[in-house]
Amino acid sequence: MTTEIKLPFDKEYVSSFSKDMGEPAWLTELRLNALANAENLAMPKPDKTKIDKWNFTQFEKHIVGSEDFASLNDLPEDVRNLIDLEAGDQNLYIQRNNRPTHLSVSKELQGKGVIFTDIFTAAREHSDLLQKYFMKDGVKTDEHRLTALHAALLNGGAFLYVPKNVEIAEPIQAVYIHDNKEANLFNHVLVVADDNSSVTYVENYVSTVEEANGIFNIVTEVIANANAKVQYGAVDTLAKGTTAYVNRRGVAGRDARIEWALGLMNDGNTVSENTTNLVGDGSFGDTKTVVVGRGEQTQNFTTKVIHFGKNSEGYILKHGVMKDSASSIFNGIGKIEHGATKSNAEQESRVLMLSEKARGDANPILLIDEDDVTAGHAASVGRVDPLQLYYLMSRGISQKEAERLVIHGFLAPVVNALPIEGVKRQLTAVIERKVK
Amino acid sequence: MAGSVLTIKDLHVAIEGKEILKGVNLEIKGGEIHAIMGPNGTGKSTLSSAIMGHPKYEVTGGSITLDGKDVLEMEVDERAQAGLFLAMQYPSEISGVTNADFLRSAINSRMEEGNEISLMKFIRKMDSKMEFLEMDLDMAQRYLNEGFSGGEKKRNEILQLMMLQPKIAILDEIDSGLDIDALKVVSKGINEMRGEDFGCLIITHYQRLLNYITPDHVHVMMQGRVVKSGGPELAQRLESEGYDWIKQELGIEDETVGQEA
Ligand SMILES: Nc1ncnc2c1ncn2[C@@H]1O[C@H](COP(=O)(O)OP(=O)(O)OP(=O)(O)O)[C@@H](O)[C@H]1O
Ligand SMILES: [Mg+2]
Repeated sequence: MTTEIKLPFDKEYVSSFSKDMGEPAWLTELRLNALANAENLAMPKPDKTKIDKWNFTQFEKHIVGSEDFASLNDLPEDVRNLIDLEAGDQNLYIQRNNRPTHLSVSKELQGKGVIFTDIFTAAREHSDLLQKYFMKDGVKTDEHRLTALHAALLNGGAFLYVPKNVEIAEPIQAVYIHDNKEANLFNHVLVVADDNSSVTYVENYVSTVEEANGIFNIVTEVIANANAKVQYGAVDTLAKGTTAYVNRRGVAGRDARIEWALGLMNDGNTVSENTTNLVGDGSFGDTKTVVVGRGEQTQNFTTKVIHFGKNSEGYILKHGVMKDSASSIFNGIGKIEHGATKSNAEQESRVLMLSEKARGDANPILLIDEDDVTAGHAASVGRVDPLQLYYLMSRGISQKEAERLVIHGFLAPVVNALPIEGVKRQLTAVIERKVK
Repeated sequence: MAGSVLTIKDLHVAIEGKEILKGVNLEIKGGEIHAIMGPNGTGKSTLSSAIMGHPKYEVTGGSITLDGKDVLEMEVDERAQAGLFLAMQYPSEISGVTNADFLRSAINSRMEEGNEISLMKFIRKMDSKMEFLEMDLDMAQRYLNEGFSGGEKKRNEILQLMMLQPKIAILDEIDSGLDIDALKVVSKGINEMRGEDFGCLIITHYQRLLNYITPDHVHVMMQGRVVKSGGPELAQRLESEGYDWIKQELGIEDETVGQEA
């Protein structure tokens, strides 16, 4: 049964907002259709986590006013730490709540035809290209209430397009700053890597407010066309009190590769969905996820790789630590569709609980509809071994430091294997902060 | 003051409600090497665990002091800071934490904040001790004890001993599972530590270790007590004659814990 809801914004508001933003007609229409659907569609049902009491729909402000920063040096310290201020020719987008506040794209990339811009500018200036990919093959507006609401109320995001045969060595970075307690974010990131191209994109959702009730409805679509390679890194650090739905989805074409390096470090309640559709023959998907839960938060992490193409390979590696009264579900799904012969689906999920009150559950699922494949999974959920702590403490190490070592040690196999150096560095710092 | 003194008086220890140690008395001073021998299951590891503060062992009576300070009041890390060290019979494996990071953290735990050992100095010290113990330098970057062979684990315990320089060390079966070359190296490490400021309690089943490290005192444990003490000649007699003569002397039929004389 789907309960109907009253949304805080109606179609007059949405169409006038779309008009104010100078959006093309197709986008206005997409928003309005989605809005109409949002009231009736069901909520998503993340396996084993009840979210019906979570507030994803009732809030006051769609847009909050934000000032620009005078210069990069005036960014909050937490943000400055994420970027390389010395780098001359950087590719960097910074968004403050809903406001695009900084964009730099190197001359070199511009020359090669790379597009990197905020989502509103993309809608105005690259309407056809955006329309071709926006919520088409990746995430669809009518999957459930949250994707519909996302499309209807889209109020931030970025678009990255890498033309055929362009290979970009330096990571492209985006930082989404949350520094207003009244802000709610419906952020959309669309990365399209055309045939034979390669790119690394790294993003941060970072709250600089201590605590806020904001709603975050975030969708990422990665489209890797034939033989393209996309490395997608993210470190999320949204504040306590926030409610987040984060859906990051990739579609890999023939021989394409999508590699995710995700540090899911929010302090609020979070549903995080990461799916890679291996559509093309010979495509490859790899997801590495690190999680630290603390406080009272409840989280659900569903990582899915779906094999359609022959000879496709999918890997999931996910380690999480739960402190305090944090509770989380780790769903790992490897699905091999009929016809995806010679495919390989592997996954490993491990959860370490640090306190009596912490809860963690790992559910590895393999759904295989084809005989000629290989697959494997490993999962474990456990508490810190008191004998390990005893051993460390018997050398003079305090309990806190011993726990810190055990946590770093537990997460190290994933952190060390992350394909993006910058993400590795950021994550190590966030983990350090969170386990203190 | 030359060395430290570890004093154990009438120590009673239970595990999961079962009394294992039934009144152990022992005093170890800086400069002295003690050996404890005794058949399996007589409480030797229980004694060492109780001294270090193993979470499963409950002290139900008696006292342990180090230079007069109540050890039983201290947390495990405080006992180590006070100068105690235990080379464990079965060292834990800790995945993801390198040997070097672990040892540096252990050394720094003894330093004032802001006064930590420099990385260079640490590496130099660790390299030299590893060379002394004829260890492969790669072991520094391996995860702590993970996948180490039995002998490598024991050697790694001695490396920690040499890096941390405790006042009183307890070595629980440090010689078990060692081949003859490793036994020599481990003995060399322990002998290197010998001095006025270092007291040591060696738990062993074999005289062969004591051929390399001559003890000042030898004790025999049975039924959760020290039932006999003597000099190095006691260990030699045990090696050649076994434990039966002591059992006869004391009228003990079953030497394991739980059997009363
Ligand atoms: N969890 C436990 N529950 C019950 N009895 C236990 C437990 N742990 C140890 N014991 C018993 O305590 C006794 C003493 O064990 P301890 O390990 O101290 O012996 P040990 O002298 O070190 O023997 P070994 O020479 O074989 O190492 C043994 O009988 C053992 O079975
Ligand atoms: Mg023992």
